[in-house]
Amino acid sequence: MTERFSDLMRRMARENKTAVASGAVILLMLLAAAFGPMMTPYGENDMDLMNRLAPPSAAHLLGTDEGGRDVLTRLLYGARISLLIGVAPALLSLAVGAALGMIAGYRGGFADTLIMRMADVTLAFPSMLLAMVLMYALGGGILNVFLTLTLVNWASVARVVRSRTLQLRDSEFVEAARISGVSGGRIVRRHILPNCLPTLLALFTLNIPATILTESGLSFLGLGVQPPFASWGLMINAGQQYLMTAPWLCFAPGLAIMMIVLAFNFLGNGLLDVLDPRRKKR
Amino acid sequence: MKQLILRRLGQALIVLAGVALMIFVMLRIVPGNPIETMMGEHADRATVARMTAEMGLDRPLPEQFIQYLGNILRGDFGTSYALGRPVTELMAGAFGNTLILALFAALFSWGLGLLAGIVSAVWKNRAPDRIFMGFSLLGISLPVFLAAMALQYLFAFQLKWFPVSGTGSWKSFVLPAVALGWNSAGQVAQITRTSLAETLGEDFIETARAKGRGTAGVVLIHALRCAMLPVMTVMIIQFSSLLSGAVITETVFSMNGLGRLMVQAISGRDLPLLQATALFATAVAVLGSLAADILCALLDPRIRREA
Repeated sequence: MTERFSDLMRRMARENKTAVASGAVILLMLLAAAFGPMMTPYGENDMDLMNRLAPPSAAHLLGTDEGGRDVLTRLLYGARISLLIGVAPALLSLAVGAALGMIAGYRGGFADTLIMRMADVTLAFPSMLLAMVLMYALGGGILNVFLTLTLVNWASVARVVRSRTLQLRDSEFVEAARISGVSGGRIVRRHILPNCLPTLLALFTLNIPATILTESGLSFLGLGVQPPFASWGLMINAGQQYLMTAPWLCFAPGLAIMMIVLAFNFLGNGLLDVLDPRRKKR
Repeated sequence: MKQLILRRLGQALIVLAGVALMIFVMLRIVPGNPIETMMGEHADRATVARMTAEMGLDRPLPEQFIQYLGNILRGDFGTSYALGRPVTELMAGAFGNTLILALFAALFSWGLGLLAGIVSAVWKNRAPDRIFMGFSLLGISLPVFLAAMALQYLFAFQLKWFPVSGTGSWKSFVLPAVALGWNSAGQVAQITRTSLAETLGEDFIETARAKGRGTAGVVLIHALRCAMLPVMTVMIIQFSSLLSGAVITETVFSMNGLGRLMVQAISGRDLPLLQATALFATAVAVLGSLAADILCALLDPRIRREA
């Protein structure tokens, strides 16, 4: 745990070209989501009824949908929602999971039992199913999607952070801090949390694609983001009935989802490899 | 050994009780009277009151929960609001379809996964390994709805080899099974590769080679038997997730399975049906990991001794 973070990153850049390429893809997608909508000549909801379900062409690179709206433009606007929904709940579940995991690991006893049993029950559910029931209970809308995805994902984070905290709690430097009278809360904040950060970063990177997949699945079933917002999953949901005549409606957002998920998975695995060199050798 | 199984069984029961409680709580925080929500705005007030009393929804929550647990233990899941038929009857029909789908998907994913894993381990870090592992990563990252729609578009709409949807004949199950199994094929391939490559580096493999066994013999007879333990654990867990995770596949191919029944329950705001399908599918997943644990203990003397 002595290697500095910047050194870790440099080592990953040297050893793992796929992870670097994936990072570049992610950056490109972020840029496209941020600036893309400004560069297309069409608006997100510009209807053109003369040009319904038009196949890809020079004017509409990815064709148009059932309302004659430009698919590429909607894809770029949808990227904002889909990436936001990938990142925000992943961050939230990371915060909740890390806090509960550290409490469970450091305090032990009843708090540990309670938190970990809650995690067990959460993890017992197939994640898509849990998300569906929660969306039913909370109702649609973006904020409820955030909440649902956080409630689905916190448990796996808590488990990993707890076991890392248990290791650290028994290490000599934490022992030393405790003997010199540092309070429990301060030990957790100053000694345990910083040492969990690299693990948390890897978990975060791997949680994003999982979150994006769950969100797109929910939206595909009509249970997630609601119109007028365009998320990629919702675009597929709307395009499904035109699969035979206008397959680009489903495959353009579908491939976008796959690309971003693949990129985050490669990057996350690259991070895990540099954090735990034993993993790579296996 | 017996003790270990009993302990795992106990843990699984506790988790299941927690699952039942969590589903109960989640479905009771829905604002409004569920009967009113289901019947819509124009519901007759007297009917709503009568049905609310019939379902016991007017009693205190703890009492409702105990009654709900009691009903589950007696195998009584109530009657579907929307379809007016006993939930168990609806689930039995749907579960049959899901079971066939999961079996097809498992056959596909186990076969492909094992093959890819073995080839990758034997030719580790060479071309066949790179190709198969690339595919398995692709398999893991491929969203199931994309796989399902790509297969449906290509083999049902364009080539017309398989039916577009439904559960009419065995042919109807082929495309959904491939779509559903693709993801777990990737996972089986990766664990097989890791486990087999590790085993192939052990001393007893050297001994077998020294005795003059060919590569095929060494891999298939000596190494695979040892390497199968973690692979089988993954396979069993995968099977239960195939059973409980077919929601999207069933929706794309309009198959009347458990997952689609759940989607119908949600869109019809059908509380008893949703409660039962969610509980059942989760129970399948919990029992799957319990079975994997027990099998692991039965086959692996190291775990058995630990207990």
